[in-house]
Amino acid sequence: MTTNSVGPVYTQFFTFAEEEPFPLESGETLQPVTLAYETYGALNADRSNAILICHALSGGAHAAGELDGDPTRLGWWEETIGPGKAFDTDRFFVICSNVIGSCYGSTGPASINPATGKPYGLNFPVVTIGDMVRAQVKLIDHLGIERLLCVAGGSMGGMQVLEWAAHHPQRLRAAIPIATTAHHSPMLIAFSEVGRQAIYADPAWNHGAYYDTAQKPDAGLAVARMVGHITYLSEESMHLKFGRRLQGHEKYGYEFETEFEVESYLKYNGHKFTQRFDANSYLYVTKAMDYFDLTQPTGSLAAAFADSAHVKFLVISFTSDWLYPSYHSKQLVSALTAAGVDVTYLDVKSSWGHDAFLLEVETMTNLLSSFLDRLVREERVAAPSGYMPRPRPASRNHTVLPRTQLADNLA
Amino acid sequence: MSMQSVVSTQSPPLRADLLAIADLIEPGARVLDIGCGDGALLEFLRDRKQVKGRGIELTEAGVLACVRRGLSVRQGNVQEGLADYPDQSFDVVILSQTLPFLDDPAMVLAEMLRVGRTAIVSFSNWGHWRCRLELLFTGRIPVAVDLPQQWYESPRRQPFSVTDFARFCRKIGITIDRQIYLNRGLRVRTGRFKNLLSTTAVFTLQRA
Repeated sequence: MTTNSVGPVYTQFFTFAEEEPFPLESGETLQPVTLAYETYGALNADRSNAILICHALSGGAHAAGELDGDPTRLGWWEETIGPGKAFDTDRFFVICSNVIGSCYGSTGPASINPATGKPYGLNFPVVTIGDMVRAQVKLIDHLGIERLLCVAGGSMGGMQVLEWAAHHPQRLRAAIPIATTAHHSPMLIAFSEVGRQAIYADPAWNHGAYYDTAQKPDAGLAVARMVGHITYLSEESMHLKFGRRLQGHEKYGYEFETEFEVESYLKYNGHKFTQRFDANSYLYVTKAMDYFDLTQPTGSLAAAFADSAHVKFLVISFTSDWLYPSYHSKQLVSALTAAGVDVTYLDVKSSWGHDAFLLEVETMTNLLSSFLDRLVREERVAAPSGYMPRPRPASRNHTVLPRTQLADNLA
Repeated sequence: MSMQSVVSTQSPPLRADLLAIADLIEPGARVLDIGCGDGALLEFLRDRKQVKGRGIELTEAGVLACVRRGLSVRQGNVQEGLADYPDQSFDVVILSQTLPFLDDPAMVLAEMLRVGRTAIVSFSNWGHWRCRLELLFTGRIPVAVDLPQQWYESPRRQPFSVTDFARFCRKIGITIDRQIYLNRGLRVRTGRFKNLLSTTAVFTLQRA
């Protein structure tokens, strides 16, 4: 269905910390650590054209292409990564890896604990955004890349971008944080906690020890996902998408069946999520987001970017995003400006709430490809061997994913 | 000499007041253009004068146009945008055709000279003889020759003249350094009759 797809892709695995344990911010360690990752495109001669894509809460390493050659299993950022697209795989070597703590191939609570031979469950140590990124640094080392051209991502992916720029500034030339924040707000922590409480309250959760039981904490995880979905929409987009329309009913039934379209949407997506995500991973990954606060330890966000003056930033927010409101991005832009960082910023007008970062494809493509063109020029990035520039259509063709699939791709 | 006839292979022709501003900027300077619009001036300065430019622009269309030109631009308004920059972080801060729209021009000019060593402003002159005659003979408040906008149109603007601006600068402790006067896009020698003969003025400003 995509015209410019990267084609069949296969997830790869990189395991490290087999000899020496991988230290975590909490003081705990992990040994060994496996990262699932995918790459698209080719490295150029001096390895300067690599772009790392960071995924959001429920995403994985499969960002583009047809997984295992299956054309129905497209990547979560299919519209943005591919030949001739914003992250142009003709020109760039694009990498996406699954974060630690998640459940798409990287080490997480569902992985086997080598000490016990059983899944970790709650014995998995709590990880942070900083830990996730330090694991990515190991992967970049393994791939032989000294310096990434760019790190990009939205939502939790944007937090990883900021973590890269603040704590590993010598490893990247540019950063693209989208619809994100430099410090998780109390409101965000509150929503995370409601999701976690829903999982704790499910008897099947069993304090995280459910991997060898028939019943999984699906009910709790589904409620957590429903709360999440509400926060990804906006009041306006709910009006547009659902209004007060009824689903499968002509008139009110005065009963507790699923009546409104919006109820049906949440129920469907909550249920579908349980088929693809692990409840314990949901706990760990949301916890990692809650701990994220780049203003620490000094209290000043500008201080966090003191060594990042050479990193070129493209910061993007969306006017109707109330989960990561624009003022978070504006504070970030102010701090970067004060730190002398070259920052480009746009608050994109959109009705789609937090989802906008996956839906406003045209504006995003304009911003991303122009910014990357500029990086290629200013950083003198050579194309990989065999590169043939393709004519750029004035208005690019984008794959419009059906809404149901979009919901699946969302943060 | 026509200011509009210069055509570059790299950049499209530049508006006359922008070209006059460009003439005032040293090669390689660090430049902040506030209210940079579609980025035409910054692109010209980058391509012709190897300037390290940054822009501030309010509109989404303007920001997108700047990004398309490969410029560094942040969305924001003039007032809040300037506050973030460290003292003296630019050689030049530019404000072109924006002064009549500002709520607090004294604050903005002070900020421009905090952030930059030099400020350059361009503005339309309501003191031009055509404006004077228009008010005298028609009884209507004149529309500036280079800013064809009616009084009821948005954004609202406050008319003033070259003389008004010069007095204002004296009052707030700002020195007008270099002065270029344009009459409908052409650079003109005005002699003593700057206010009468110019439709747009371009000034470099410094702290007194």
